[in-house]
Amino acid sequence: MRPSASMREAYGRTLVELGERHPEIVVLDADLSTSTQTFLFAKRFPERFFNVGVAEANLMGVAAGLASCGKLPFVSTFSVFATEKGLSQFKQSIAYPNLNVKVVVTHGGLSVGEDGASHFCLWDLAVMRSLPRTTVIVPADAVETEQAVRSLVRHRGPAFLRLPRAKTGLVYGEGYTYRGERLEFRIGGSVVLEEGEDATVLATGPMVVEALEASEALRKEGLRVGVVDVHTLKPLDERTVLEAASRTGFLVTAEDHSIFGGLGGAVAELLAERRPTPLKRVGVKDEFGKSGSWRELYEAYGLTSRHIQQAVREVRGMAR
Amino acid sequence: MVVFDRKSEPHTPSLLRELEEKARTIRRDSLIMTTEAGSGHPGGSLSCADLLSVLYFHHLRYDPANPAWEGRDRFILSKGHACPALYSALSLAGFFPREWLRTLRRLGSPLQGHPDSSSTPGVEASTGSLGQGLSIGCGMALAGRLDRREYRVYVLMGDGEMDEGQVWEAAMFASHQRLDNLVGIVDRNRIQLDGFTEEIVGLEPLAEKWRAFGWNVVEVDGHDLRQVAEALDGAEGVKGKPTVLLARTVKGKGVSFMENQVKYHGTPLTREELERALGELGG
Repeated sequence: MRPSASMREAYGRTLVELGERHPEIVVLDADLSTSTQTFLFAKRFPERFFNVGVAEANLMGVAAGLASCGKLPFVSTFSVFATEKGLSQFKQSIAYPNLNVKVVVTHGGLSVGEDGASHFCLWDLAVMRSLPRTTVIVPADAVETEQAVRSLVRHRGPAFLRLPRAKTGLVYGEGYTYRGERLEFRIGGSVVLEEGEDATVLATGPMVVEALEASEALRKEGLRVGVVDVHTLKPLDERTVLEAASRTGFLVTAEDHSIFGGLGGAVAELLAERRPTPLKRVGVKDEFGKSGSWRELYEAYGLTSRHIQQAVREVRGMAR
Repeated sequence: MVVFDRKSEPHTPSLLRELEEKARTIRRDSLIMTTEAGSGHPGGSLSCADLLSVLYFHHLRYDPANPAWEGRDRFILSKGHACPALYSALSLAGFFPREWLRTLRRLGSPLQGHPDSSSTPGVEASTGSLGQGLSIGCGMALAGRLDRREYRVYVLMGDGEMDEGQVWEAAMFASHQRLDNLVGIVDRNRIQLDGFTEEIVGLEPLAEKWRAFGWNVVEVDGHDLRQVAEALDGAEGVKGKPTVLLARTVKGKGVSFMENQVKYHGTPLTREELERALGELGG
């Protein structure tokens, strides 16, 4: 078993560290700071933390006003509330005027678990990815979360970063290393974790771990399956996706999100226009979901290593 | 740097005459612009023309040559559809050439159909989808307090806009945060797109609502320039809570056949109507 760690806690810790060096950082939350972990920042910098209460429209608007006066707002709540209740405000008050606001949401996808469908947001990536000027990031684990949050401070413009609720398996070593090699997080990039020959799995968020396990299992069947951590959905690392398509001929996408419009959607759009390639999308299939533990839900809705393995076998059966 | 700063000038008859002249030009411009564009919102532009005149030519501090000057007062037109009036005021204040006005709503124009801060110098926030301006104003007021700056923040809202839940989220937040550097102004012309506010979803008692949300409420005649100027001055002395001006106005104010007519919320005048209207406005 690989060790697991909370991406939310990594976010909360990193925010405090950044707050020490960046007086322009302000943090806003909508009555969920103990869940999103922004309470850590609130304790350290109470004068730079604003809890707007259960009011996500106002949350986005207040952040817009702060950003327009030179502050760097990090805005946190659950994904379902940020992107469904605060969408109009994110669009008009933040993205359209290109303001430097970082929306970091937690409780993305089915990883929410027991709270059930009212709290799932299985279309946030589709919605946010379609907004102009908006960068969309989905880290794979706690280590990458820290790197991604740091990179947001250097980035200018609206950004959306999505974290799960669950503690999920670690992909990277301390300080962002993989198999001993030190990596550098670049918005708009991706990380090739396994080189493949027979197929490639493009995964994002907690599904990267599932993809690595699928690749390992398939090796026993004699298949060399590549794995790419697509940590930035927008701008998508098109070159790496197209190279994987050319090199391995078959692609699978894997995400804790609807198969519509997220990573699977982005890759399908790219391939259809630039390099038609057999593709299978692993994700939630046009459903709202139900209550259950997140592992049970991943099983029930087809988001495990086993489902990725099956998708690889199926895609390889498709004509090229 | 030449800062426009006339706030402390006494409200003499000559100042008021000057503000009246500016309001007249704002009304004329708004009607010409919307007729030229073939679309837009003349009625609500006319109802807020006097408010904008007092703000831009007496009360606000700004530098038209440096719209990003950090010490400037911020004005947000939350009822973004009244932007013809705002664009007119900004052009008169020197933020951009008067010639731009005739390009309103055309492809490639810096004057969008609703205000956009990244397209137009002097526009502080992108608005148009109603209900969002007061929240942005709260953020600006918080930033001013964090940075210990003296600027003040003004947000002009429509009365139909009071239907939006976000206005009340922001209202509750502003008083909780004691944002006494924030002033809301409600253009209470009693008409929204589909009809009279009190017939669609009644707003009254509106003053009591704002008071209950923790605001200092000042009711003024929104066409009485002296009253508006005095209310804005008075708000600066109110500490520990935000102030809202409920400005009683007339939709279509200044043109007899437009006044209190629902139709002119979102319908520009025909060429013939425009000639008549400009004749009535004079100047």
